[in-house]
Amino acid sequence: MLEIIKEPWPWYVAGPLIGLTVPILLIIGNKSFGISSSLRHICAACIPANISFFKYDWKKESWNLFFVFGIFLGGVIAAYFLANPNPVEITPQLSEQLASYSITDHSGLLPKELFSWESLFTLRGFIMIVVGGFLVGFGTRYAGGCTSGHAIMGISNLQWPSLVATICFMIGGFIMANLILPYILAL
Amino acid sequence: MTHLENKNTDTEGINASHIKDSGFSNLKYLLVGIFFGIVFVKAEIISWFRIQEMFQLQSFFMYGVIGSAVVVGIISVQIIKRFNIKTIHGEKIEIQPKVFSKGQIYGGLLFGFGWAITGACPGPLFAQIGTGVTVIVVTLLSAIAGTWFYGFIKDKLPH
Repeated sequence: MLEIIKEPWPWYVAGPLIGLTVPILLIIGNKSFGISSSLRHICAACIPANISFFKYDWKKESWNLFFVFGIFLGGVIAAYFLANPNPVEITPQLSEQLASYSITDHSGLLPKELFSWESLFTLRGFIMIVVGGFLVGFGTRYAGGCTSGHAIMGISNLQWPSLVATICFMIGGFIMANLILPYILAL
Repeated sequence: MTHLENKNTDTEGINASHIKDSGFSNLKYLLVGIFFGIVFVKAEIISWFRIQEMFQLQSFFMYGVIGSAVVVGIISVQIIKRFNIKTIHGEKIEIQPKVFSKGQIYGGLLFGFGWAITGACPGPLFAQIGTGVTVIVVTLLSAIAGTWFYGFIKDKLPH
């Protein structure tokens, strides 16, 4: 049994389990699924700086911070007790493309050539780690949600603005991954 | 000031309950988070490689994950509404509608850029740190800075 759990899980197991988070959170406490809001609560709790966007009762939303801390712990448990001993399988096309930017380490879920402390102090690493993170935080809040809040929770509740947001997430991703990222990776 | 007034354009991750959560009852969400984090890692959704394959249309995997999650979500919400299912505390389940703003377009595109660069949306960032890729703490701090900067210039942006 443990052997099966240690293998990478297929999409038709993972997807429905993620979808079930929507009713679980609603039923255990009337909470709408959404993760990027945790970043806003952290701002409201730590650095509100008298900005009206951060002046609200973040303590009422502290469930969200417990939830993301759980995600962190889930990552720890999965990595230390349920880890897949084999390298990440990736499609041959991607493997070939990445090799042309000398990214060949598939031992972890993230390529070490891009996401490591050494890489942080290179131009390429700085863009991947710092600029990328900034866009995630800025973009999700500007859009009013992320993949969980819009693509999963919003569409589950048949909200068309969430469908618009999700389509824009995908367009942005397609443009970046296909048209811009190759130049960043070549740095 | 109710907490909702200030969330007019943004109802993500909202707590619609009128019952005050104690520290202890918040542990439920910690457990759901742990379960969720394990799924994220074991299905390799937090993998930068999976996200590149998705945006380069090299693999069906992520479409299968998101698509099946949405299908299960839609069915669940419909069942909750149709049968008027209550929370475990007996409260009526409330889901705030999403209000359209141009931010969903501009912000959505910018998040899409960030998603393709980092290979992560906010949830996977926490799980990636958990798996031991400690440098992602910097990505998370930068994402918090991005969120803060949005709050700072919000009134000057088109919505």
